[in-house]
Amino acid sequence: MMESFFFLFFAVMAAAGAIMMIASRNPVSSLMYLVLAFFALSGIFVLLDAHFLAAVQVIVYAGAIMVLFLFVIMLLNLGHREDIDMRGHVARLVALVAGSALFAAVAALVFRGDRTTLAGEESRLAVEAMVRSRGAVGALAEPLFTSYLVPFELTSLLLLVAIVGAIVLARRRAP
Amino acid sequence: MNLDIENASLILSALLFAVGTAGVLVRRNAIIVFMCVELMLNAVNLSLVVFSRSLGLEAQVLVFFVMAVAAAEAAVGLAIIIAIFRHYEGVDVDRFNLLRW
Repeated sequence: MMESFFFLFFAVMAAAGAIMMIASRNPVSSLMYLVLAFFALSGIFVLLDAHFLAAVQVIVYAGAIMVLFLFVIMLLNLGHREDIDMRGHVARLVALVAGSALFAAVAALVFRGDRTTLAGEESRLAVEAMVRSRGAVGALAEPLFTSYLVPFELTSLLLLVAIVGAIVLARRRAP
Repeated sequence: MNLDIENASLILSALLFAVGTAGVLVRRNAIIVFMCVELMLNAVNLSLVVFSRSLGLEAQVLVFFVMAVAAAEAAVGLAIIIAIFRHYEGVDVDRFNLLRW
């Protein structure tokens, strides 16, 4: 009961934040609504027993990445209202139809599909036992540092290349 | 079908992805288009977290990688936006035609 109340609270918050983000004309308010949606998603991660990812969501997404966006908006001085930002009525209609069709298609899959055939009850119990015995962090660390060790190390290389690439791209050209 | 918290999360994930798609189509500001892409990545993350409860914790590893790639993508993408802003004096995606012809 308590769980479904909190889920409803966070789901409404996330959906409202996302919709307000694309409806708000001011880029800074758009960004703040997106941060709200990310915080709500972090709450939903907690309800789904992904505590580590909930923490990472707040620290990395709502913290680091959104601050980067905010810095760029301020650096380029885009904080004022821009009436040319929204497209015309045709594009809005296309966006509404495309978004509704996409939502309807995926929601129909969720309603029609039977995920119990995808994985049996024993698989779910195995995951729960794993989380109970090692905790949310340990249960995630075990596959991350055994089967997925090479991709994990490659991620560090990717981040290094991204840092160097960002510096090279944003640098002022020498005259 | 009972609307338990997992199925409701999948519906919410579909909704967030659709809103992100609509945002990409309706906005001209490149930074907001970029923010919509981040929202779509997060919608997929939510789906993966739901699936991790029944299919195994590898799905959460995948979420971890999606977050790392999103961070790298944000850094490089925003740097590209800064470089384009210097060139065009604006971030209107309709005016970017560097690769069109």
